[in-house]
Amino acid sequence: MKAVCWYGAGDLRVERAPDPEILNPHDAIVRVTRAAICGSDLHLFGGFIPMMKSGDILGHEFMGEVVEVGAATTAVKRGDRVVVPFAIACGQCFFCQRELPSLCDNTNPNAGTLEKLYGASGSGVFGSSHLYGGDAGGQAEYVRVPFADVGALKIPEGVDDEQALFLSDILPTGYMAAENCTIRSGDVVAVWGCGPVGQFAIRSAYMLGAERVIAIDRFPERLHMAETHGKAEVLNDEDLDAVEELRDRTGGRGPDACIDAVGMEAHGTGVAALYDRAKQAVRLETDRPTALREALHACRKGGTVSIPGVYGGYVDTLPLGAAFAKGLTIRMGQTHVHRYMRPLLNASSAARSIRPS
Amino acid sequence: MSLVGGSLLLVFGLSRGGRSGALAALGGGALIYRAARGRSLLYDALGLREEPTHVARVASLAHCRGVTVRRTVAINKPVEEVYAFWRAFENLPRFMRHLESVTCDGPRRSRWVARAPAGRRVTWDAEIVDERPNELIAWRSLDDADIRNAGAVAFERGPGGRGTTIRVSLAYAPPGGKFAAVIAKLFGEEPSQQVQDDLRRLKHLMEAGEVPTTEGQPRGES
Repeated sequence: MKAVCWYGAGDLRVERAPDPEILNPHDAIVRVTRAAICGSDLHLFGGFIPMMKSGDILGHEFMGEVVEVGAATTAVKRGDRVVVPFAIACGQCFFCQRELPSLCDNTNPNAGTLEKLYGASGSGVFGSSHLYGGDAGGQAEYVRVPFADVGALKIPEGVDDEQALFLSDILPTGYMAAENCTIRSGDVVAVWGCGPVGQFAIRSAYMLGAERVIAIDRFPERLHMAETHGKAEVLNDEDLDAVEELRDRTGGRGPDACIDAVGMEAHGTGVAALYDRAKQAVRLETDRPTALREALHACRKGGTVSIPGVYGGYVDTLPLGAAFAKGLTIRMGQTHVHRYMRPLLNASSAARSIRPS
Repeated sequence: MSLVGGSLLLVFGLSRGGRSGALAALGGGALIYRAARGRSLLYDALGLREEPTHVARVASLAHCRGVTVRRTVAINKPVEEVYAFWRAFENLPRFMRHLESVTCDGPRRSRWVARAPAGRRVTWDAEIVDERPNELIAWRSLDDADIRNAGAVAFERGPGGRGTTIRVSLAYAPPGGKFAAVIAKLFGEEPSQQVQDDLRRLKHLMEAGEVPTTEGQPRGES
């Protein structure tokens, strides 16, 4: 088969690879019909995530047709059209049973390494670093899906591929980011980053009752999309100081909730951004938390900062004092895609309120 | 402290051999057992409650040349199920990577076969020295074993009905001569990491019914 393979920082190629085979009884093989590129693929492309190996197949947002199933796979059958969550979950462990599937205990073959780094390991993830298991990804003609009965969601007739594909990661990620804000009717929500996650977070915030959403980015075309499709107010933080401007637009109080949909590769301006660039370049700091710093500074007292953007290691000069003084709630983590796929499928196919295409 | 003292006694006893050695080893085993259970038989006999002890890591055993490892894992299955799986020693090679097979000869005796370097095998016989259904299994190798060893595993119901917590203690006597290399291969430089990995595989098997793997998956040709 052909697959998108990683050969080093900045070096991705479409190469030939052997077709995947069933390795475990709960596996299925899916013939991929659609795959997407995620912002976290860019972290891999940029060489920011350790433990990538030459020839690794990328892609964790994909859908397709089941062509083969393992001996213990019963719910998913050959011929099913399915969409598959980026995180792999067993459905049986403490975390899966608490609807925290991206924290699954039983799907990362290299859990020991992550335990050394973080003290615990989350689930395996398709097409990512071997820290997260290194399961071959879905930017390929075929992909092996472990625990297919738990993850693969059968797509009903009448839902087209492009609507279903985004259930694999990006739509649930934007939605969970907004849900983590515990939005009350009338809230003002600020969203840093107007890439796909930010765009879905904007719409999800409105769906969950926000009265105003303020979108922050430095690219006019992204802000334009947030404004026209997302109905957000926009703020270009290359022209304006985001924290000052947010205060100004909220009577000095600050947004009720702030979403950092940027993560570890933020492009800030000013002294702090230069500091992060320099430290990251010599590996004294792994992540550049510009958006997170601003969110912590801007958020109102007692508000919530929600972090769907990915962080991988250490950050410096995080204003924890401001967060403490204001009594902020901070929520974060990999998206529990399994938990949101079915309700969001219903929401997007019934109301047609979210049409990614 | 029970674990440290027990392990020292056990390693001393195993290395010394003979009757006094066996006694010391057994004493050590009982202390490891106590450490594994988190309370003492004496306290039990007297009907006293004792706060659970949390035994420190036993790095100080390094000068003893022996290997002692203590690890714990939480498994999201009822204690009866986890106990039964472990008590069927034939299952141990399914998650203990260095073991090739364990065969039971009678209710307390078993024959263990471990993989050694260069395709060789090491075998020994072991006997169960104590068992309490759904609480504890303790075993030790018989005197003629090339690599003398002992182990204990304690099973506790997790708080709030959250499955089972198991605590494992394993001790290996200092091997001499040709077996020094074998033990180095079997347990590597980080024996506690190996035991941790073994226990994680046990957890995968019991909870999810399979051990996750990517061995044999495709990758791009270069």
